[in-house]
Amino acid sequence: MRNRKARNQIIPAIIFLLPGFALLGVFFIGPLLYSFRISFFNWNFAHPDRSVFVGLSNYIAQIKSPIFQRAVLNTTVYTVITVIVKMVLGFATALILNQALRGRTFFRVSYYLPVITSWVIVSLLFTYMFSGMGGLVNYFLKDVMHIISKNIMWLADDILALVPVVLVDIWKGVGWAAVIFLAGLQGIPSEMLEAAQVDGANRWQRLTAIMLPMMRGTLVFLLVVLVLGGLNAYVPFQLITKGAPQDLTHSILTLMYRATFSRMDFGSGSAISYLLTIFVFILSLVQLKLLRKPAGE
Amino acid sequence: MKRSRLIWKILSYFILLVGLGVVAIPIWYMVSTAFKPQTMVFELPPQIWPHPSTFDNFIKALTTDHFGLYFWNSVKVTLASTSLTVLVSSMLAFAFARLEFPGKETLFYVLLLGMMVPPVMLIIPQFIVSHKLDLYNNLWGLVLVYVTMNISMQTFLLRGVFEDVPRDLEEAAMIDGGSPFTIFTKIVLPLSGPGLAVVVINSFLYSWEEYTWANVNIGDSINRTLPIGIALFQSEHLTEWGQVFAASLIALIPVVLVFILFQRYFVQGISTTGIKG
Repeated sequence: MRNRKARNQIIPAIIFLLPGFALLGVFFIGPLLYSFRISFFNWNFAHPDRSVFVGLSNYIAQIKSPIFQRAVLNTTVYTVITVIVKMVLGFATALILNQALRGRTFFRVSYYLPVITSWVIVSLLFTYMFSGMGGLVNYFLKDVMHIISKNIMWLADDILALVPVVLVDIWKGVGWAAVIFLAGLQGIPSEMLEAAQVDGANRWQRLTAIMLPMMRGTLVFLLVVLVLGGLNAYVPFQLITKGAPQDLTHSILTLMYRATFSRMDFGSGSAISYLLTIFVFILSLVQLKLLRKPAGE
Repeated sequence: MKRSRLIWKILSYFILLVGLGVVAIPIWYMVSTAFKPQTMVFELPPQIWPHPSTFDNFIKALTTDHFGLYFWNSVKVTLASTSLTVLVSSMLAFAFARLEFPGKETLFYVLLLGMMVPPVMLIIPQFIVSHKLDLYNNLWGLVLVYVTMNISMQTFLLRGVFEDVPRDLEEAAMIDGGSPFTIFTKIVLPLSGPGLAVVVINSFLYSWEEYTWANVNIGDSINRTLPIGIALFQSEHLTEWGQVFAASLIALIPVVLVFILFQRYFVQGISTTGIKG
């Protein structure tokens, strides 16, 4: 019976799978392999047949390049800071919103507004707020808080330029982390927390002994997704710092974009993509290994 | 005990209000700037509401540079890619949830690969493919890539939804001689409304906001979508910030509308993808 059923379903299965896998083949798997090939060539976009095989030299050139190293550093710092801050603030927000409070729907919706505002818009907004002359942030620091005595040229400095990029990501991302944590918190049976409370566990003990271990799945999911998102940062770097000054403020992907489309060096661009992918892959494995350890071991 | 609870509550509200301020100030600054004349864009201290305020930025944003055309292009691209994403990923999800065929697991892993690979790393070869297929500078080039980049995640989500549709209904239909196609269209799809709504929202937001691929694949100004148009407002017009944000607010209207109408599904979509991940 089961065999006959399986045979009968091959034709419908092909029909149902075909459109999706045709698209994946042409625009995803094909490109994935093609890009791997390109990364070993000095690629000639107009005449691909005249491309010269260069082995690993695209990769080696990138790894040795100070601009690439700086982009890796920028991307890593950006990822580490934004992921930690978003997880901590998102979790705190979720804990607060998980109580019976008046108006919590209002707060939840408000905190979600930055999440649905597009990256292009929020990046431009933060560029504007961090303007060297007359920007809101300088005004606040100088004239309201009196922390600084003269305006800071945020975007002209290779380190300070990363401040708006990091802040925009946090501003936009905390609401998302909070909503996911909230879903995780709501999955914890309330009897467990009540029982702990009856047994005299305080807030901190309930948090560390029950909530965090119960939310391992949510934590792993968020960590993996946020780290992946951070390493792939593109729009905020492209629109806020544009790599300036002197190409010191690139993310890995804005550098890839520049190599590819400003210099038409597709080989180097592909090599950068693959270096990022290898990095992401190793990191994901490490993360999963670190976090998949069952609690109590 | 009671007292500590009260203090906790006050503290909670205090933190929530600080958070609200942090969220609201940039948004307020964007909205108020959209109503400022250019001469007041950097005037400090900032006013709660600009005086004099003006609608000029909205009028200028709407009348310069084909802005209406960009909006229309975005509408077309979003409609096409959202409906195709729903169609293609629900077909895939049905096959994985309800049909038996050889190689099912392997194909599912291939599909999942699409969730692991960052979209931007595919831009170079996609650009080459797009040239070869004559999709460069063509809105279909955007639609097909958006659908491809979305189907892995959305199929994964829908497979879970379809698996929850009771099997008894399906068996009854089979006995009555129903084919997989009738089961798909008459039983599984009608019973998966909320799941499909989540897919609609996800792909709507993705296609409406996508910047990176559109920026690469569109050369002519008449084929630009809104995110490209807005980003160009910054560089082309010696940054008339009032116009930038007037244009941004116009682009945000559909998003906010969808958000308000489907708020319930937003949270649901997040929790389904969140927990299953």
